[in-house]
Amino acid sequence: MKAVRITGLIVLGMLVVAFPIAFPNPAVTTIAVFTVLFAAAATGWNIFSGYSGYIALGHGVYFGLGSYAIALMCQDWKIPGGTIPLLLIPLAGIVAAIFALPFGWIALRTRRHAFIVITIATFFIMQLMAYNLRPITHGSAGISLPLPPPSWTGNVFNIPFYYSALAILLFALLTSWWVRNSKYGLGLLAIRDDEDRALSLGVNTGPFKLVAFVISAFFVGMVGALHAYFIGSIFPPFAFDALFDVIVALMAFLGGIGTLAGPVLGAFILEPTQQYFTLEFSNNGYYLIIYGILFVVIILLMPEGIMPTLQKYWIKVRSSGNSGQNEPEEVEKKNKKTAVLKAAKGEEKGQSHETA
Amino acid sequence: MKLLEVSKVCKSFGGIRALDACSIDVEKGSITGLIGPNGSGKTTLFNVVTGYEMIDAGEILFEGGSITDATPDKVFRLGMARTFQLTRIFPRLTVLENMHVASQREGIRALLSRWSSSQEQQRALELLEFVGIVHLKDLPAGNLSYGQKKLLEFAYILIADPQVILLDEPAGGVNPTMINQLAERIRTLNKSGVTFLVVEHNMEFVMGLCDRVMVMHRGTKIADGTPKQVRKNPAVLEAYLGD
Repeated sequence: MKAVRITGLIVLGMLVVAFPIAFPNPAVTTIAVFTVLFAAAATGWNIFSGYSGYIALGHGVYFGLGSYAIALMCQDWKIPGGTIPLLLIPLAGIVAAIFALPFGWIALRTRRHAFIVITIATFFIMQLMAYNLRPITHGSAGISLPLPPPSWTGNVFNIPFYYSALAILLFALLTSWWVRNSKYGLGLLAIRDDEDRALSLGVNTGPFKLVAFVISAFFVGMVGALHAYFIGSIFPPFAFDALFDVIVALMAFLGGIGTLAGPVLGAFILEPTQQYFTLEFSNNGYYLIIYGILFVVIILLMPEGIMPTLQKYWIKVRSSGNSGQNEPEEVEKKNKKTAVLKAAKGEEKGQSHETA
Repeated sequence: MKLLEVSKVCKSFGGIRALDACSIDVEKGSITGLIGPNGSGKTTLFNVVTGYEMIDAGEILFEGGSITDATPDKVFRLGMARTFQLTRIFPRLTVLENMHVASQREGIRALLSRWSSSQEQQRALELLEFVGIVHLKDLPAGNLSYGQKKLLEFAYILIADPQVILLDEPAGGVNPTMINQLAERIRTLNKSGVTFLVVEHNMEFVMGLCDRVMVMHRGTKIADGTPKQVRKNPAVLEAYLGD
């Protein structure tokens, strides 16, 4: 089983790496760059919101901060186009993470709905700042990023962006996997289920939440930086994009919030759909209708998201498929099940006895 | 030796005095019962002791040190664990994962270590065995029955080896057979040195289990002694039966 999984992962990895070589058409690779970028953003968002259960709807702040950070660095340090801006991306991520520290500290004083509202408010404050802090951001005139060198043309233009995006995605996935399997991650999941109870079991909930918030801002900031360099210029409404806030969350929900691969799957479904619609029908928002329909369907058929539903289905198929062969593991499971049933029944009896 | 000392603690919610100069103490190694009519302040007392509520006046000492301003996680790490009246487990984690929440590491070490070491895994299984739900270890905890959840909650605080355990109505809603098992386990743990403070409405359970019983009424202690003494105390009868 493990061997199958590892082989599957290797094949998948090779497919993703070979993709721009197999489909060199710039229209296709452009979609691929956006898709991988959004997969990285959704994965980063999930490290905080998925594991801790705090739904942040203002991560556009860190996307925008990453965008502006790299634009200003390139502008002020007079950096030419090429590979150097790509190397500045982690720095832009760090800038976003530094901003996340006080923002997160304030927002995380609240919980649930109040938290969501505060993240949204932070987002609009930052967007207003981008419009109005003209000496720094040039307001709605925006900032241009350096153009890549002439050697990056035609079919090869997208290649460096694609692999940079892939590197960010891989880094985000590794971090997410690591967190999921650490004691720290278990603490986050405990916070998701019952924060006060986690606190009374020695989980230092405040710093736990804040660290996750900062980690997710770091990844979203890097995505913003690469996105800005790829697009070539930034303006307040697109760097601080309210749709981004919602879309990363929707991607994670679609694929399976709180799972490792869910957000990636969500992004791989939603982003190409959106890009395709933009290409076919120009940027008139038809894709939003498709989003709406898709979400109604998902919420009705698999409210936990695609990954958890498939997992459950897979376990079901496996246990029913093997029923004739009586694998020892399966038998044990069945025994356990009957034991549980018995225990539950026994207790019910006991309780009804007590009430009688 | 006094393990826990609460002296003249006051706590008001709006105009209601939930605790009114309340003083109690718990001897190390004892099983102490805390009873009283509904609304007498028992759960509030638990909440202030474990750091969930800040008190208006008074002092709380644990092993001689002040924990008056301590937060719940600090109180837990000092060695005082509690259960809740309405059982609180982590429903989406499996039973075994629930067991590992309480063995947190300090600071950055939490990020660098796995969910459980093999020793902790061993210990978690032993404790689940001890309370009798080890066969359910891979189920999501939310699927357990009410009584099983109570047992799980009891088991997962034991993993941190607390010195004192505060039980808030451990027998409420649990069937009689399980109540006896629970009492048995409390006695076993007590023999190995764990101190207990138990809030409970089931008088039979309290009187059979505790060495000493304190009675609260209107936010303050009105009686204190062996179960026999308390049973005969006129103030107690007054509180339960009077006005």
